[in-house]
Amino acid sequence: MSNAFVNTLIQLGDDHLILGHRLSEWCGHAPMLEEDLAMPNMALDLIGQARVLYSLAGVVENKGRSEDDFAYLRTDREYKNCLLVERPNTDFAHTMLRHFYFAAFMQPFWLACAHSSNTDVLAIASKAEKEVAYHIRHCGEWLIRLGDGTTESASRTQDAVEALHHYTEELFEQDPDRQSCVEGAVVPDSEQLREAWNATVDSVFDKAKLNKPEKIFKQNGGRKGLHTEDFGLLLSQLQYMQRAYPGASW
Amino acid sequence: MSNKPSNPSRSPPISPLWEVFIQPRNGLHHKHVGSLHAADATMALQAARDVYTRREEGNSIWVVPSNAITASDPQTTDEDFEPAASKVYRHPSFYDIPDDVGHM
Repeated sequence: MSNAFVNTLIQLGDDHLILGHRLSEWCGHAPMLEEDLAMPNMALDLIGQARVLYSLAGVVENKGRSEDDFAYLRTDREYKNCLLVERPNTDFAHTMLRHFYFAAFMQPFWLACAHSSNTDVLAIASKAEKEVAYHIRHCGEWLIRLGDGTTESASRTQDAVEALHHYTEELFEQDPDRQSCVEGAVVPDSEQLREAWNATVDSVFDKAKLNKPEKIFKQNGGRKGLHTEDFGLLLSQLQYMQRAYPGASW
Repeated sequence: MSNKPSNPSRSPPISPLWEVFIQPRNGLHHKHVGSLHAADATMALQAARDVYTRREEGNSIWVVPSNAITASDPQTTDEDFEPAASKVYRHPSFYDIPDDVGHM
């Protein structure tokens, strides 16, 4: 059980770290000053959540690994994030949609964690739940304005849907480790969150005049450490400092 | 205020200016903290949250379209405000306050 719990925490930590890193890439490049602050704000929420998840994984694992070891000193195959969060920023519509899909899943996830049998998960959830509620609002409002905006913004946002929707099914995947955490009532069963996810997505898509793709070609592999081509570059940038200057601190 | 981009080649987002007021704590008044660009009131509130409350500055936000504010004319500053300068008797500081009143 403890090994399954560690792996589940790593999956969750990786989701948050990688999406946080992707968002942070906008810092200094956002289309407007207001978003140049908003996106790093959300990135910091996510990286903060990754930190507590990794720290807890280190404590439970009890092999002396710190949050930094998890974040900076693993190889690509050891990262177990879902593919959605590593997809490139592409444009503002892709970035908002990617985050929206993820937040729409994590909100009911953290809410359900209020009944977790593990007190540490309970504590992490109570903080994360408020942060993710804002992320949904922020990205959702943007999607409504982009989707129901100009011809250009509408077509870019619909393009983002066509590109990213195939990656959403992986959010609901549960490997045997996650499954055993579900059975131990540590984390909620993903299938139970599907209704909430659909409701969040549908209500925004409706207002944004966006359409879900008719056919889904499920993209997955991240939970097994099999990533998309973009992941290597992401990791080389994420890990650069610790690889170039091991143990550097200030 | 014009909505025309100042530099067409950069085509900045067409979004009007909003003034932001933050209330630091319950019971205190909302104080002007700055301005921002946003497409509408909802987006302005979100942007205000992200730009101006990152360091726990407040627990309530107001946003007002900048063009809803009517300002005094800087050209008339002298005639508007200088006449008050010579009327110190308007300050309620010429009374002896009995000790019994205590702090006022």
